[in-house]
Amino acid sequence: MTIQFNDETFRGDYSFRNSPWAIRRFPFPFHEDSYMYSVNMEQHRGGPAGSVYEKRFDVDEHYVSEMRDRAIVLAEDPLRCQSLPHMTLAGWDLLELIMVSKSEDYPDLFELHRDGERWRWVNRPMGIDDTFTFMDETTLPYGPMEYITRQTQGDFAVLDQRDDNLWMDAGMVTTQADWSLDFDIGMNFFEWHAPVPLAHEMGIFKRALKFLMNVQQGAPARRLNWTMTVNPLLDTSPENYHKWGIQKTELTPENIGAKQHLRVELQTFYRLPRSNALVFPIRCYLIAFQDLVTVPKWGRRLHRVIRDLPDELATYKGFIANRPLMLDYLSRYDDGLPTSPGVWPDLDTEPPLQK
Amino acid sequence: MSKFQFPKSIASRPVYGTLAPRPGKAHLMMADAEGAEALLDLAAQDAGLMGKAHILYIPRDTGQTYTDRLRALEPAQLYVGPSFDAALPRLRRVLSDAHMGLQVYLAGTEGLMGRAAAEVTAAGIPLGAVQTEHRGSVARRMQCVHCKGITEDVTTDPFTCSHCGLNLFVRDHYSRRLAAFQGVCIDAEDPGNVPEPVELYK
Repeated sequence: MTIQFNDETFRGDYSFRNSPWAIRRFPFPFHEDSYMYSVNMEQHRGGPAGSVYEKRFDVDEHYVSEMRDRAIVLAEDPLRCQSLPHMTLAGWDLLELIMVSKSEDYPDLFELHRDGERWRWVNRPMGIDDTFTFMDETTLPYGPMEYITRQTQGDFAVLDQRDDNLWMDAGMVTTQADWSLDFDIGMNFFEWHAPVPLAHEMGIFKRALKFLMNVQQGAPARRLNWTMTVNPLLDTSPENYHKWGIQKTELTPENIGAKQHLRVELQTFYRLPRSNALVFPIRCYLIAFQDLVTVPKWGRRLHRVIRDLPDELATYKGFIANRPLMLDYLSRYDDGLPTSPGVWPDLDTEPPLQK
Repeated sequence: MSKFQFPKSIASRPVYGTLAPRPGKAHLMMADAEGAEALLDLAAQDAGLMGKAHILYIPRDTGQTYTDRLRALEPAQLYVGPSFDAALPRLRRVLSDAHMGLQVYLAGTEGLMGRAAAEVTAAGIPLGAVQTEHRGSVARRMQCVHCKGITEDVTTDPFTCSHCGLNLFVRDHYSRRLAAFQGVCIDAEDPGNVPEPVELYK
């Protein structure tokens, strides 16, 4: 299909909207009526047609506007994109992975023409047509990681693998759930996850690290993570928390359906061929509560998950103060009926709301 | 005795040990204030160590308390300087000559050990060759996540960023690269509502 790209904002007047198509393909993260941490990895080898899992790097209606938002963030704070000196080769690996994947998966939007080391890259939605020499940084306007991730939705953490650990040694981070690349760059897997509650004690990170260090070329993996965001604000950075934190206090019973968003991260993991680095794209999807509850199964389930979530998780995810308001709203969409297993909307088989 | 037992914390927070003599033909020691006590204890364990040691010492508010005792150890080289920043060019010059097997001993405040360790690892010396021992003040070196400015010697939580003036709370999340803990705005969701500062670990 041809994607109609929205002209929208993720700040200021917040004109971001999901079309009915985007709502139906939203990566709802709860496969049952409750939630607890788990490693929840699976192979990233496509998914149902039209789903966000189908392509290696999903492109949707928000693409052009998200890239505009990223450019604004980088203009204000260039430290959101950093690469330690030994990570340049991994940057080229990543550029190749994305250009090859996108040109194969979306031939109507992206083209890659390779003549030896002479490459021509056409990005039609963004109006880019560049010719450069692969592995020669002087022929690109930015370093290779920055160049390609200015054209790809989602944040990117590029991890070096050594000493039986993964090290966050490069990244492009402008749509993060409240963590700082500038602070965390150079840390190992346990260090940058240090502030996460409960999961260390549960052994989650040890198992996840073991899994990730064994991800092989051509066999990427994926998982979902989630949190809550008031307003469709992509840049929920700690750097700007003193500016956006106040928005969390602006929810009312009248505006919560439009302002409160479920924020889901589709995290994928790819081994890179030359550097043996692991790239970790973190793609953010936002959906307003009022859109989410148009899927009866999701409305029922989200109410139950939020209601039963341990306080520590609601605190860590930053919505403990707003939880009562959320539950007042979501309870209107929970009629107590059972829900079908799995994450899919099941619009044709699940009953409409009975109240 | 100026040792403090830090409570158990998260994985990014450094932990410190007790300096012990290691075999090697070159020994680089850096300390501030009461950190000198750790070097004196180290020398007491191995009298031969100091003849191969280069000591960089910043007395800070301890004045002359330790300098004569350090000199009496007869280290191969002893530098006594007014601040870490003043000592930095010398530290880098010394590291530029370092050979494989250099043993590094750091003692004193977290700020000094963190900054010295960052310099040492930036020079390519593995962390495994670096020992640390905390002595003296429990003050922290804090980075403001908002303006990126570093505030040295923070002793209360919350505190005021010395660069941008925001009221920051003290996290245990620590960056070895920056040699700093992270400070985050405490009243972002309720501007002006800043709790009374409490002394760290009290």
